[in-house]
Amino acid sequence: MTDLIPDTAPNSPFASETALKRLKKRHAAERRFKRYGQLAIALALAALLIVTISIATQASSALTRHEISFDLTLDRAIIAPQGAGETAEITSNISGFNTLIQTNLRETFPITQTDSIRRRELYSLVTRLAVLPMAQTVAKTPNLIGTRQTFTAALSDDLDLYLKGGLTDRRTITAGEAGRLSLTEDGTYTLTDAGVDAFPNLRAAIDQMRAETPSAIIRLGDTWYSLNALSGAAMQLTYLAGNAPRLGEQKNQPIKAVVHAQSEINRTITDRQIAWTLILQEQGRIDRRWNTSLIFNADSTYPELAGAAAAIIGSILTMVVTALFALPIGVLAAVYLEEFAPKNRLTAIIEVNINNLAAVPSIIFGLLGAAVFINVFGMPRSIPLVGGMVLALLVLPTIIIASRAALSSVPPSIRTAALGIGASKTQTVFHHVVPLAAPGILTGAIIAMARALGETAPLLLIGMVAFINQVPSHPSDEATVLPVLIYKWFSGAERAWEPMTAMVIILLLVFLVIMNLTAVILRRRFEKRW
Amino acid sequence: MTDTANTFIASKIECRNVDVFYADKQAIFDVSFNIPDRSVTALIGPSGCGKSTFLRCLNRMNDTIDIARVEGTIMMDGADINASAVDAVLLRSRVGMVFQKPNPFPKSIYDNVAYGARIHGLAATKPALDEIVETSLRRAGLWAEVKDRLTAPGTSLSGGQQQRLCIARAIAIGPEVILMDEPCSALDPIATAKIEELIDELRQRFCIVMVTHSMQQAARVSQRTAFFNEGRLIEIGDTETIFTNPHDQQTQDYITGRFG
Amino acid sequence: MMQQHIVSAFTSELEQLSANLLRMGGLAEAMIKDAGRAVVSRDAELAQSVIDRDHEMDRLEQACEREAVRILALRQPMASDLRNVIGSIKLADALERIGDLARNIAVRSIAVGDSDNRAALRGVERMGQAVSRQLQVALDAYARRDAVAALAVVHQDDDIDSHYNALLRAMLVYMVEDPEQLDTRSNFLFIVKNLERIGDHCTNIAKVVHFIATGQPVANDYSKISAAPNKDAPNNEDA
Repeated sequence: MTDLIPDTAPNSPFASETALKRLKKRHAAERRFKRYGQLAIALALAALLIVTISIATQASSALTRHEISFDLTLDRAIIAPQGAGETAEITSNISGFNTLIQTNLRETFPITQTDSIRRRELYSLVTRLAVLPMAQTVAKTPNLIGTRQTFTAALSDDLDLYLKGGLTDRRTITAGEAGRLSLTEDGTYTLTDAGVDAFPNLRAAIDQMRAETPSAIIRLGDTWYSLNALSGAAMQLTYLAGNAPRLGEQKNQPIKAVVHAQSEINRTITDRQIAWTLILQEQGRIDRRWNTSLIFNADSTYPELAGAAAAIIGSILTMVVTALFALPIGVLAAVYLEEFAPKNRLTAIIEVNINNLAAVPSIIFGLLGAAVFINVFGMPRSIPLVGGMVLALLVLPTIIIASRAALSSVPPSIRTAALGIGASKTQTVFHHVVPLAAPGILTGAIIAMARALGETAPLLLIGMVAFINQVPSHPSDEATVLPVLIYKWFSGAERAWEPMTAMVIILLLVFLVIMNLTAVILRRRFEKRW
Repeated sequence: MTDTANTFIASKIECRNVDVFYADKQAIFDVSFNIPDRSVTALIGPSGCGKSTFLRCLNRMNDTIDIARVEGTIMMDGADINASAVDAVLLRSRVGMVFQKPNPFPKSIYDNVAYGARIHGLAATKPALDEIVETSLRRAGLWAEVKDRLTAPGTSLSGGQQQRLCIARAIAIGPEVILMDEPCSALDPIATAKIEELIDELRQRFCIVMVTHSMQQAARVSQRTAFFNEGRLIEIGDTETIFTNPHDQQTQDYITGRFG
Repeated sequence: MMQQHIVSAFTSELEQLSANLLRMGGLAEAMIKDAGRAVVSRDAELAQSVIDRDHEMDRLEQACEREAVRILALRQPMASDLRNVIGSIKLADALERIGDLARNIAVRSIAVGDSDNRAALRGVERMGQAVSRQLQVALDAYARRDAVAALAVVHQDDDIDSHYNALLRAMLVYMVEDPEQLDTRSNFLFIVKNLERIGDHCTNIAKVVHFIATGQPVANDYSKISAAPNKDAPNNEDA
């Protein structure tokens, strides 16, 4: 510190001019170096934060989903024609339950029998398979059959996304205070503004979204209309849904409008479906619930029904298989190579090869697995057993290298002490060297397992890309793993897949954090003992 | 080689024409002498003279070095220890070793001492094991200092205490011979003095062979002293004779500080 | 001589000790010769100088002892070095006593007064020279650490003894001759006795030198006790 050196004694032994100059330069260099380090850390943290926040915000919308509640009379003839005891029949009687749902929807929104397009529009508010949970519940408790119960079914994925604000930009505004509704001869309606300004808010909102294809739906009282045109002070409306339109002065009713950035043609949901959904929401029949199906359901072609359960279990099973194969073989191989094997050309060649194998691209191991396990051994594709074995081969070199490093870092004085006491070579290695090397071995094992958890390419090659819609229970059941699921969902067409993919990514990260925490805890426990 | 031999104490170890090779390089040349029981024999000599190598022959620790080869006869109680029928591990339960830098196991004090007894099956019950541990620690002069913290890690002791723990560990397996490779070189004078006092007591029960760099220590502690130089045994005799009137000029030059 | 110590200060300390001893030795030799001459020439000044030189001898002896103790404490000498240092203490002691005895002779030479017994005086002078030569040989043996030469000195002790016996008889006759001169003439007895004692010390010096060189003591020869009936046992150490 230049402060401590008195300026009044420039020629004192510690404060000669050249020494002071050198000191200043050195301090400046040290400060610069510290700044570089801090900058690097800041950049790394910023990158980490950006990634985390972007994934989290995307995933947050997948945490919950909208469900419609239905009051249904469980008519035995419809849902259990073969008898109340036939559990499997009831569970697979999707049509029966759908009939109930559709009847209920038609009661809420009357549609003429012959208008099949509109009926399809209405029925697609709820996906066909969304009735599965209620079917399972009824099958489990057959005494409900014949009673009147309330069930919920998931809203279709696009409408769910719409309500979360993800499908298209929308703004809800008050278009005007009052107006007068009249019927035109082609069946549409005209709404004229009572005030002078001719719906300024609406114009402004539409104008804001002019970069895309804006459209709007209008609400008067309990009736919804779609906006065909806005000219002067009049709107041209087409009836969508709700109570029958009341012509004439619309007294004390503010005119609400919902402006969408995309017009109906550019969307996957129609204005009418939106209107129906908003009506149901107002009736209190739409709840936002935790999206437990994301974790507990198996995969499905419908996003709202799809879940990662199969992939989670598949990942766990695959990890277990990998651990069971790779850890004992890897650690024992390392112990043999490091402690027992004679040091000659053969072992040197083996060591070089192991080091090289650690750097081989993971997809090669997939090829190996496909060629050897599936073709030669004839094992089935897409099962955690094969996937686990392929991953075990992949991470084996890493485990061996890390374990060898840990073993060789044990000081030789421990070995000589044990040998001097009369312990045999085996006792020395397993009673003394391996326990001391355990923290390092554990770290290597966890790093290897974490890598295996995130591997996609080799598993794709052995066929784990298949669509698995049943949760596996055994390593020889068909399964998929989380990274492959992420890949598959991300390639899905519906936009609803996006937040769900983000959610599964977070799930995968949570997995990794748990594994790392386990490693840290285990390390601490081992290290504390010594 | 001059040997002012005292032939009246029984020999515990007899060495005849011992040669040691590291690959092609010979480290020990034709060494022959006797080591008496219940006494301390010190091996002195300049660095690299082979005294540690020779010491390691006595418990076949050189077997753990791939390139080492031992030839000649080393007999303990009349039996050749290098014979193929003799298990090195079993030999090491009869010949204990203490090293230059104290190296207690990273276990508790109790486990350090008990480990050897356990693997050699010397105690059938826990109380028997407790007794072995207590006896060994007492004999090593450590019991009073550690009896209240037997579960503390062995590495939490001071340097001198750790070395005494290593000695206790070596005694616990009930050896007949104790080999010491410069046991005090890492310790301060007071710890050294305590260890020397301990050696004085131990020699009444054990045959002790000690390698030391310090001639004063050899003079203080041993009854017989052997001087090695460049792999050969130059002179062996009673400690008093070696240090007051050695026969060989090389011995004279070494102990008066004129070379090496 | 021997190889140098690795720590050169050790070597120079030992050399310093040696040098001091040899200085004491030279001083002793001179004191013996001069005391003898003082007896013969009745030179009172010479006698006084011998008496004065004894102080120097005492100082040198203390210095040697101090150096020896210091080397023992600080250098922990072993083997030959140890024998060297222990021997040096014994040598210093012996040389200091030789100095005392020479001083005694000088004192008595003054008391002897005018004596005209030429034969007796010549005998004293000759014995003085013989003893002085013996000391010189012993000190040479010390300087060279020569055990053989030292052993020769030990065996030459016999000659000194026969010298002494002859001189003693002559002195007794001389004293009996003139009873009135008994007082002064009895000093001759003591002079001769002192010379004999100096000879004994020289023999001791030679034995110490032998021990320093070989580590073995010289075997004691008790055969002389029976060979000379009228004398003190020549190997008595009561001087």
